[in-house]
Amino acid sequence: MGVCQLFVTCLVDALAPEVGRACVELLEGAGLEVQFSEDQTCCGQPAYNAGYRDQARRVAAQTVSALDRTEGPIVVPSGSCADMLAHHVPALLADGPHAGPARRVAARVRELTQFLVDDLGAVPAGTADGRRVACHVSCHGLRGLGIRDQPGRLVESVADRVPVRDAEECCGFGGLFSLELPEVSAASMRRKIRAVEESGAEILVGTDLGCLLHLAGGLHRAGSPIRVLHIAQLLRESTR
Amino acid sequence: MSELRTRMSAAIGTAPVEATRRGAERLAELRRRAETDYPPMGEMRDLARAIRLHTLANLHRYLSEFCESAQRAGTRVHLAADAAEANSIVESILRAAGARTVVKSKSMLTEEIGLNHALDGFRVTETDLGEFIVQIAGDRPSHIIAPVMHRTRQEIGRLFADVLGVAYTDDPPQLNDIARSHLRRRFLEADAGITGANFAVASTGSVVLVTNEGNGRMCTSLPPVHIALVGIERLVPSPAELAVLLEVLARSATGQRLSVYTTVVTGPRRPDEEDGPVETHVVLVDNGRSRVLASEDAEILACIRCGACLNVCPVYREVGGHAYGGVYPGPVGAVLQPALGVGSADLPFASSLCGACREACPVRIDIPRLLVGLRHRLVDRSSFSWLGLGLEAYSRVASNPTAWRLFLSLGSFGLRTAARDGWIGRLPFHASAWTAHRDLPGPGAPPFRVWWRNRNR
Repeated sequence: MGVCQLFVTCLVDALAPEVGRACVELLEGAGLEVQFSEDQTCCGQPAYNAGYRDQARRVAAQTVSALDRTEGPIVVPSGSCADMLAHHVPALLADGPHAGPARRVAARVRELTQFLVDDLGAVPAGTADGRRVACHVSCHGLRGLGIRDQPGRLVESVADRVPVRDAEECCGFGGLFSLELPEVSAASMRRKIRAVEESGAEILVGTDLGCLLHLAGGLHRAGSPIRVLHIAQLLRESTR
Repeated sequence: MSELRTRMSAAIGTAPVEATRRGAERLAELRRRAETDYPPMGEMRDLARAIRLHTLANLHRYLSEFCESAQRAGTRVHLAADAAEANSIVESILRAAGARTVVKSKSMLTEEIGLNHALDGFRVTETDLGEFIVQIAGDRPSHIIAPVMHRTRQEIGRLFADVLGVAYTDDPPQLNDIARSHLRRRFLEADAGITGANFAVASTGSVVLVTNEGNGRMCTSLPPVHIALVGIERLVPSPAELAVLLEVLARSATGQRLSVYTTVVTGPRRPDEEDGPVETHVVLVDNGRSRVLASEDAEILACIRCGACLNVCPVYREVGGHAYGGVYPGPVGAVLQPALGVGSADLPFASSLCGACREACPVRIDIPRLLVGLRHRLVDRSSFSWLGLGLEAYSRVASNPTAWRLFLSLGSFGLRTAARDGWIGRLPFHASAWTAHRDLPGPGAPPFRVWWRNRNR
């Protein structure tokens, strides 16, 4: 039985632990032994994107040294954090004692849907149950890691996927961007929400909790009945 | 509230911004189609990037070569270190030639150095239709290639009726005809033509202009004096590289295979030629570019000003060009302006880092990387901020697993306590910006790592 690591991400850990549980159960269901290093914290992206390089370096160093002591692919239920670990952390830590761990970890990092579809070929062999599901493609997974079809393929295996207009346009979350330019962030959010509503979806799924919290919060504020789930939750619900 | 935030939030949902979005979406779609309909485009972009980076890496050599070739062709070459020097060079050329009336073709560089303002003793007419509209309206361009993307044709019709004294029409061909007949007189009486340059060819000393209206060609062929203002980074080694860049530029800007007019000007009228200027000048303008070339932001100088990054940018689409508060809007402007040291210093924060700009850029400039790099240097220079204090605390806690576990547990408990029916409608301090627009789903359980430890106990 293969071993894999879960890098759960700070947002899932604190705000949506059920997504982490769904990941563990999905991966175990696919026949893997899942390990979780409690020395992992955050990838450092909040500080990095805000311009605080030293602060980001410290956090990233903690997480890569924790993950470097483990074995197997590192599965991340977020395209954004996976992109950070795979592409930005090695550059950020290139000149220090953590350069080696950062490079080795980067080579092992896989976003969840990328891991399930591309590596395991574990698209659930079910039949779509008729629920209308819209899929939000998050920017960093899409443009940083090339994750374009994987989430959609997984959704289509368990539900009816409905297309969303301008699906590849940013939802406006952008991490601290949502606090620094909140009006612009909210304008993009409302536009995305309109597109999701027009799609006729009952459920919106995505790969990144940041975007999902932002969209779920906007949908709830607008009184919309659309449920928002991480893709791991949808898959777990459907394979139970 | 920062000035940038005030400007941007005020622009959201306004009529000019809605018009901008329609224009940007249309151009983005044309570019997308031009790319999918033309499979070699990916390789062309790689080639274009290699050409631009090679030229920048050898810019000194190509600038010397250009100066020699241009002078050999009979062009007088002037070097301007900054905006003031560039403007005064142009002014003295005009005075020496006894020029009073000037026709201009669209140029971002002349916007950057404020040339029209510096030439207020001359009668200067913008001849690109968009720039002409901007000029008679006393407005500013809002897009690199489509200066009046923020105006509707109805507005333009009213403007023409008011300023030019014609009967109102909002029919684009008729508006075009009105501008054309007005501009024709200006072309015929002009003492000098001023243009920018999309490219300047080192091996031939040529200046290259692309337009869709032909006004650039009129500016470079009718008046007796032609002055081209060229940013020092606009160089290309030879006509072979020019061919690649022209194609990539047209496809990325408007989805065209080539612009309608490509004008190559190499020196003044020769003895056996019937028309063309008797005097040609090139003003090579630095204005901060050599400093950028030596900095971490050098890659932005590879930009060929197609505007593709603006068209796809979610922030540009939401706030339009004017909200960026400078000459160069959109993602490229958010890098270029701070790199050149003009406009709001906090422009690099006007991005969600979604990467659509990098995907659209014909020369694959990694704009998000440049934005983050500028943010880092901005933060290094800045003094105390609450956000900085918060991130310092985050950094200390998140580099210690015991402290992190405690922080997550306390945070989760706090949020679960604050939540009503699973939702939090108001957050304090900096986070109030979140709940001003949306709720926060409260966590349904203690942190994941607590569950994990219990499960494996």
